[in-house]
Amino acid sequence: MMREIKASLDFNTATFTNERRDPEGFAPIANEIRRDIIRMLVRAGSGHSGGPLGSADVFAVLYFGGYMRYNPADMQDTTHDRFVLSAGHMAPVMYAALANAGCYPKQEQETLRKYNTRLQGHPGRDMHLPGVETSSGSLGQGISIAVGMAMSDHLLDKNDRRVFSLTGDGELQEGSVWEAAMAASHFGLDNFCWIIDNNDCQIDGRVPDVMNVYPIDAKCESFGFDTIVVDGHDFADLMRGFDRFLENQRNKTGKPTAIIARTYMGHGVSFMNDKFEWHGKPPSKEQAAAALEELAEMP
Amino acid sequence: MDLLGSKPTRFGFGDGLVDLGERHSNVVVLGGDITGSVMTSLFKEKFPDRFFSIGIAEQNATTIATGLALSGKIPFFASYGAFCALRNADQLRISVCYNEANVKIGGGHAGISVGPDGATHQVLEEVAFLRTLPHMTMIVPADYHEARKATVAMGEMVGPAYIRFGRSPVPMFTTESTPFELGKANVLMDGTDVAIIANGALVWESILAAKELAKKGISARVVNVHTVKPFDFTTVTQAARECGCIVTAEEHQVHAGLGGAVAECTAKNAPVPIEFVGVKDSFGGSGDPEELMVKFGLTWREVYASALIAMERRDKGSSGVRAIREVATYQG
Repeated sequence: MMREIKASLDFNTATFTNERRDPEGFAPIANEIRRDIIRMLVRAGSGHSGGPLGSADVFAVLYFGGYMRYNPADMQDTTHDRFVLSAGHMAPVMYAALANAGCYPKQEQETLRKYNTRLQGHPGRDMHLPGVETSSGSLGQGISIAVGMAMSDHLLDKNDRRVFSLTGDGELQEGSVWEAAMAASHFGLDNFCWIIDNNDCQIDGRVPDVMNVYPIDAKCESFGFDTIVVDGHDFADLMRGFDRFLENQRNKTGKPTAIIARTYMGHGVSFMNDKFEWHGKPPSKEQAAAALEELAEMP
Repeated sequence: MDLLGSKPTRFGFGDGLVDLGERHSNVVVLGGDITGSVMTSLFKEKFPDRFFSIGIAEQNATTIATGLALSGKIPFFASYGAFCALRNADQLRISVCYNEANVKIGGGHAGISVGPDGATHQVLEEVAFLRTLPHMTMIVPADYHEARKATVAMGEMVGPAYIRFGRSPVPMFTTESTPFELGKANVLMDGTDVAIIANGALVWESILAAKELAKKGISARVVNVHTVKPFDFTTVTQAARECGCIVTAEEHQVHAGLGGAVAECTAKNAPVPIEFVGVKDSFGGSGDPEELMVKFGLTWREVYASALIAMERRDKGSSGVRAIREVATYQG
């Protein structure tokens, strides 16, 4: 029975809490996020599969591990921590995380990319989906907005709010990303955590073939970030990364944190795994059924 | 309308920022390395805790401003218009306007009156771009006092706004008590024969042209459209209906700026002949501001000649225009 629910194309109503948990506790959440991504995309008939699936484990830890403090019932609350999705095309994973956190009804995920939806193809702040802090989609801007938010908290309001931002690795080709990185360390923003989804894929192919961005860790280090490379599919390792950020903030190191999460595009669905061709397309109905079958085997 | 001295509009921006800083503790300013030139240095000296230097990184400054605005601050970022309206165009479009972020941009060195710096630093295209952005407010003040009032007004309204100002001193003809309301054009001189619709440095030139036309018995209405967006359709439509022909004048490309806005408005509401005074599809260059204004045809003489042509077109149709073209070289 449980397996059928998991393999179903329909959305369910189960939500998860945001709290400190054991590494294995994230697996069911990450897989529900993945299943919702598949359900959303097959209905939408367009959108990005690879990045959202590949970063589902990162989002599970970020939204459900107690690292980002927020109130699902009131995402407008101005004391909560904030997340800015700089890689706007990865919207489905953020939408799924917010739905599974109870920020809005899970059923609404079926409206992805539809007329008048709050779940725009790329996040649109004007549609007021709870938890969408900014519009994004033009790469390289979200991280810079996040730096501005972190400056407001750290330098002006002097509170302990945290700001997280996730960029892709292809996105690092946008020069303005590095302007933002420079500013984050210049202003000593130890309340700022930059997550890089390093799946090595972008639309045209492998990242180093399109335009090399490596070494990413050395770049982040030299830009003044406390940099940690983690296995983006190992919950314990991801927790190590976020714990390090919390420690940096607690110890007032004056350094922003960069977590480089090594992931595989499309992870969790075998026929998509590590294939850049899945960057920007949705599964067909048959592929979606196969993906959900496979994901139903997982917790 | 009399001359009351001269002062750069950028001084008005700098003083207006200090006025705002005194009134609102959440006004913050971002610097782009040229703070002395765009006068944000005044704010920096007075409120050092609310000033942040971002360096030569206009894209980043614009998006950082967005983050500050989304955190309840009122951020101003100022640089040269070439860099803070066009270099960062996508950031203005997506991060600022699509987010409806309460970001304020001050664009200096506008027009060719920058002088010796040359074409790279003389922005002549940004009005066209900015007035197409949803949610954007776009202001082109004509003198020091207007710039100061506009700066305060844009800080106290909610939403993205841009103010365009120049480097060189320009005539002052408004006072502290001259009314200023965002989105409301000022009729500076009343008239019924021709309407001269201008903003920025060309407002004073338009007043001079109107005075010259008066000597010939022509009554010219001078309208200062300091806010290009939102546009004052009412005042401009009324001017078109009552005068029957229009001259637009601006220190900007003739395409898609104030002239374009007037043409859009009148084509819909009250079609009348329009003559456009502005830079005619070319880049600027080095020189003294005064000689450049003459070279690029941005003086009262062009406004004057254009008024005669506009009236001729209204009265005789295009057939009368060929003869009157000679007037375009009128030297006063």
